[in-house]
Amino acid sequence: MLRQKRKNPVLRTRLPTLPPAARSRVALGLTAAAALGRFELQQCRECATVQYPPREACQKCLSTLLDWKTQSGAGELLAQTVLHHSNDLFFRERLPWRLGLVKLDCGPTVVAHLHEAVSRKVRVKAMLDRAGQAVIAALPDKETHDMADDRQLREFTCDPKHRKVLVTDGKTTLGQALVRALADSQAELIWVGHAEPWKKFAGFDELQKIPQVTLVPLDVTDSKNVREVAAEIAGKVDIVVNNAEYHRGFGISGRQGVETARAEMDVNYFGLLRLAQEFGPAMRSRGADGNASAVAWVNLLSIYALANFPPHGTFSASKAAAHSLAQCLRAEMRPAGVRVVNVFPGPIDDEWNQLLPPPKVTAAALAKAIVGALRDGIEDVYPGDVAQEWLARWRDNPKALERELSA
Amino acid sequence: MNVLAELAARLAEGEIRVIDLTQTLAPEFPSISLPPEMGQAWPFRIEEVSRYDERGPAWYWNNFSCGEHTGTHFDAPVHWISGKDLPNNATDSIPPERFIGPAFVLDCSQEAAKDPDFLLTRKHIEDFEKTHGRIAPRSWVLMRTDWSKRHDPVEYQNYDEEGQHTPGPDVDAVKFLVAERDVLGFGTESIGTDAGQAYHLRPPYPCHYYMHGAGRYGLQCLTNLDQLPPTGAVVIAAPLKIRNGSGSPLRVLALIDG
Repeated sequence: MLRQKRKNPVLRTRLPTLPPAARSRVALGLTAAAALGRFELQQCRECATVQYPPREACQKCLSTLLDWKTQSGAGELLAQTVLHHSNDLFFRERLPWRLGLVKLDCGPTVVAHLHEAVSRKVRVKAMLDRAGQAVIAALPDKETHDMADDRQLREFTCDPKHRKVLVTDGKTTLGQALVRALADSQAELIWVGHAEPWKKFAGFDELQKIPQVTLVPLDVTDSKNVREVAAEIAGKVDIVVNNAEYHRGFGISGRQGVETARAEMDVNYFGLLRLAQEFGPAMRSRGADGNASAVAWVNLLSIYALANFPPHGTFSASKAAAHSLAQCLRAEMRPAGVRVVNVFPGPIDDEWNQLLPPPKVTAAALAKAIVGALRDGIEDVYPGDVAQEWLARWRDNPKALERELSA
Repeated sequence: MNVLAELAARLAEGEIRVIDLTQTLAPEFPSISLPPEMGQAWPFRIEEVSRYDERGPAWYWNNFSCGEHTGTHFDAPVHWISGKDLPNNATDSIPPERFIGPAFVLDCSQEAAKDPDFLLTRKHIEDFEKTHGRIAPRSWVLMRTDWSKRHDPVEYQNYDEEGQHTPGPDVDAVKFLVAERDVLGFGTESIGTDAGQAYHLRPPYPCHYYMHGAGRYGLQCLTNLDQLPPTGAVVIAAPLKIRNGSGSPLRVLALIDG
């Protein structure tokens, strides 16, 4: 694999800056959809006009009955320009910068960041920028294999290509699928954690054969170990994928005592806290470190973080705690432009969900969804049909989902 | 001079030496592994409370957590089902005079180096006695294997697809030590007093079963047994006074003639 030219290690690393982040509350509708990888614009319930930018009322008929609706994003590039000057701290460090006007097939004309390969027909997407806010990017109509390498586009995505990644648990089938997917995406280096190194695990030899992989003893329940691993590599890690998870299938009355629940909290919640305290500062310092900067922190959560699944009740609670902490991490990483990606799978097809009937998301599909989310710049990932359906039900009526899960 | 004064004087002069038989309590020291669906003992973990900083300006201290069976530790009879109904079977109720006793050290280091599944037999013990004399009642019998010199946790735990491979006593050896030598307990350098494959013996885990069933004790994860003479050492092994505790990490010391 061709690697990028290395940075001169004695040069100063520039500090992270952010593009303009202020948005009105209504404009955050665009961000909420972009976080899920959706392109939604306001559409008037009365006259069907699609509008942009977001407003409190329909710009055509003044109705306030506006719905966020998914739009196709197809459009025509009307005009383009290249910025060679900006007073904004973020953009002046990234000049020249391509912008254009796109007439969308669904109606409005939008100002968009332009991919360098665009021609007349374009496809626009709402993407999160380094400030975590939605902006509109215009991409070539047809996907090309090196499309993701565009310098401007990489400011919006967290593409693992050329980046150095830590996968916190390589012992699980998901961890191993993640490593393979990241290697296939041309990650430059992949550190793979494995707890209790005296227990050799299935897949160990195969992992070691992947040229980018370095196995590191890492136990997220051991503060000293996390601190030492971070001291060694945190200054180089561009993407953390925290898939370390402790999962047993018990509710409150299914298991005596608190030890299993405590072990779940220790890995799923305190593990994230330990990693965030030790890896967070170094990653924040490298949020603008060139074309392969620190960009993302991925948390393997669960759809049960949104609503408790009583048969796996204590696990659900630990994931809800981790979700809350991940929101804190997101707020603390955002000033450095490092994106926190939360992944909410339905049941994973592993031994701890043995007794749950299909559909279950496979390790390979979940790994693909996680790497896809990094490449597309998505912040909240609901991989697979089960998670998508539960998300829809939860958004529609959280109380109904609570009742359905406890039935 | 009375005996205790003489002991103190000889300790001070180095005529009696103190050997530390204890592994350092540290997070990276291996812990007992059970199937993952079972309840698990906590490994040793340590979190800083403050270190002369804003959390406590002039002092340094930690919180630590671990299971009763972590690091170098003591097994009380109540640990095993065979000892559950005995009197004085827990860390708080064992008479304290039992925490000090003579030690007989059986050197199995060559056998263990050749065969990680080495089982100590009654014959080994009888051969030892031919050279070193009969094992005295109420003594510790310590099985030296040099397992503690395996500093790599992978080597120390020694797992393969069929589980753990570490040395220990066989069924007859344990029965002999309990019934015919009336020992205080049995100590090893590996993670258990029983061999790694002792689940396949009959009964499973014979050292736990018979020792604890007869009110005797266990010591495991010992180190520095190579510094002890075959006979003549006195071991001090007092567990923490945990109410109804099944065991405890502890500092194990041996006194030997300088």
